[in-house]
Amino acid sequence: MRILVVEDDKDVAGFVARGLKESGHVVEHADNGRDGLFMAVGEAFDAIVLDRMLPGGIDGLKILETLRSQKNATPVLILSALADVTERVKGLKAGGDDYLTKPFAFAELLARVEALVRRGKADAPTTKLVVEDLEMDLLSRQVKRAGQKIDLQPREFRLLEYLMRHAGQVVTRTMLLEGVWDYHFDPQTNVIDVHVSRLRQKVDKPFPIALIQTVRNAGYTLRVERV
Amino acid sequence: MAPPPRPPLFHSAGVRFAATYAGLLALSAAALALFLWWSTAGLLDRQTEAAIRADAQGLSERWDDGGIRTLVATIADRLAGNVDDDAIYLLADRAFARIAGNLDHWPDTVRETGSFYELPVTRVGMRSLARVMFYDLPGGYHLLIGRDVVVRSQLRQLLTDALLWALVIVGAMATAGALVVRSLFRRTIANISATAAAIAGGDFAQRVRLSGRRDEFDQLAEVINDMLDRIGRLMEGVRQVSNAIAHDLRTPIARARTRLEDASLHAATAADLRSAIDRATADLDGIVAVFQALLRIAEIEAGSRRAAFARCDLAAPLAGVGELYEAVAEERGVTLSAALPPRLPAFGDAALIQQAVANLVDNAVKFSPAGGTATLSAHVLPTGLEIVVTDRGPGIPREDRAKAPQRFYRGETARHTPGSGLGLALVQAVAQLHGGTLRLEDGAPGLRAVLALPVSAEAASTRHTAEAAAI
Repeated sequence: MRILVVEDDKDVAGFVARGLKESGHVVEHADNGRDGLFMAVGEAFDAIVLDRMLPGGIDGLKILETLRSQKNATPVLILSALADVTERVKGLKAGGDDYLTKPFAFAELLARVEALVRRGKADAPTTKLVVEDLEMDLLSRQVKRAGQKIDLQPREFRLLEYLMRHAGQVVTRTMLLEGVWDYHFDPQTNVIDVHVSRLRQKVDKPFPIALIQTVRNAGYTLRVERV
Repeated sequence: MAPPPRPPLFHSAGVRFAATYAGLLALSAAALALFLWWSTAGLLDRQTEAAIRADAQGLSERWDDGGIRTLVATIADRLAGNVDDDAIYLLADRAFARIAGNLDHWPDTVRETGSFYELPVTRVGMRSLARVMFYDLPGGYHLLIGRDVVVRSQLRQLLTDALLWALVIVGAMATAGALVVRSLFRRTIANISATAAAIAGGDFAQRVRLSGRRDEFDQLAEVINDMLDRIGRLMEGVRQVSNAIAHDLRTPIARARTRLEDASLHAATAADLRSAIDRATADLDGIVAVFQALLRIAEIEAGSRRAAFARCDLAAPLAGVGELYEAVAEERGVTLSAALPPRLPAFGDAALIQQAVANLVDNAVKFSPAGGTATLSAHVLPTGLEIVVTDRGPGIPREDRAKAPQRFYRGETARHTPGSGLGLALVQAVAQLHGGTLRLEDGAPGLRAVLALPVSAEAASTRHTAEAAAI
């Protein structure tokens, strides 16, 4: 994927660019608002990582508004130290697709950017999700693995659905909290781990191959571990 | 602290008030004098003029009756019958030579008919002042009718003098009064301004002195003192929090620093180094989380979220919390049971209340011993909502309960449990934002935390309609 990073802090920009390149993406970098706007408008990107406070007279929200006013729907992840709820709302209202506050873990940023691009390519409304031998019927709300029916509680169903929709991608604990529970705060205890481990008991334990993988320092992913 | 410099004379509010007072006093005195003048001296003048006109009317009728002869006789009659001796008549021929009357000769200044003249006359050898009017008669005769006004003019002079003196006295009194007003004003303001100046100079213990008269200035002083007390409490809070931050964040920062330095000096393998860095990163993440919690509490306390208050049903969000933590509780061998009514109407920020309840449940699960029970329940009371979370853990000693919701407070029994000491502070902030309270009670054993949210007009009307619908 081709990703534009608009960020004036050299360390942060270098860290993000290096990480994205390691994950197989092509990265362009702009270190001020003017260049950022020029590149965002003039070239085609799969996603844009946008800092809010930028030198050069044009801030991140201005870039975003200009982009959206030109009917440019490139997914934008806003990256900002402004963490207030009101600031977050401002960013999303201006047309941002996701909002990540600094400081952040790279895994979180990568997971969110990849999720955004995936969402951008909006898969047609499906009634069935399939990952390897795991099948989920969204209409009858039934889950089967290797033809064997698995009983899930409603929340476990939604958790698995979220993981299956993002199969192959890393999803972080925060993403799960927001996407499955609609919580926008960090619980003090790591409640997500407990729920995922319960789900594993039902989906992975009885079968020879584990599908739900823990990604160290990041979160979870649903895929077959190819050794 | 030196008193603030006096403002230039005409910029002083005291001087402005005083000048306004003096001006108003002078204006009303002048109005009174003018009225007095009009109703005395003016009245006398008008009476004289009316008498002259009546006289002229009478004489004109006599002329019509019998011509010049009758007129002369009438004038003589009238002069003879004039008890006050103030009537003046002069009948003259074409050349202004005297024919009859009590003036010796025609006055030089009187040449036009129809208007009043005030002139000195000599009558019976005495100088006097007369008010006269000049009429032309058919046949070229001229008639002068008037009244001696020397007494009235003396009276008028007296009145004028009296009024002028009165104005001078009023002016003096206005000035004196103005000075008094200004000094009163200064003295009252000086009290407040001296206090403010002292506080600006750093002496925050100063308060505005009350006069004890319970007047408007005392009320103002009380309001100012209340404001200063509140600012004082806030400043104390800020000081405590910044102390706590400095103290409580030093520990994890020191730990992260030690890990990094130790790894840099002693790590033998790349794997050791990496794991040390990972752990230090986790420590730093913890510090960031503490900062985020602090900022969130500050944001809630600032009250800006109140703009987003709306009617909401808390039943689903609270059930969500119960469900989220049930799994955690189960893993720790704790039974978490939730007893929630099907509807919990409230007015506020549902997400914040949910987070507050999540913190309470988090604590309850964390402090429950294995095999214990924790409960989450809610009741609709006439006074509002009560959300109750109980556990069978060590509880909080009575003497520490007031301190528990302070930022960074950690009980003796909580020393070895993970946590930042900010959970209850957030609950407290959410409760206060909604005008409610957080009560920590003895669960005998364990802790019983009650989040009480008052019923608002909005919430009351919701419940009312719900009840009506139920009937």
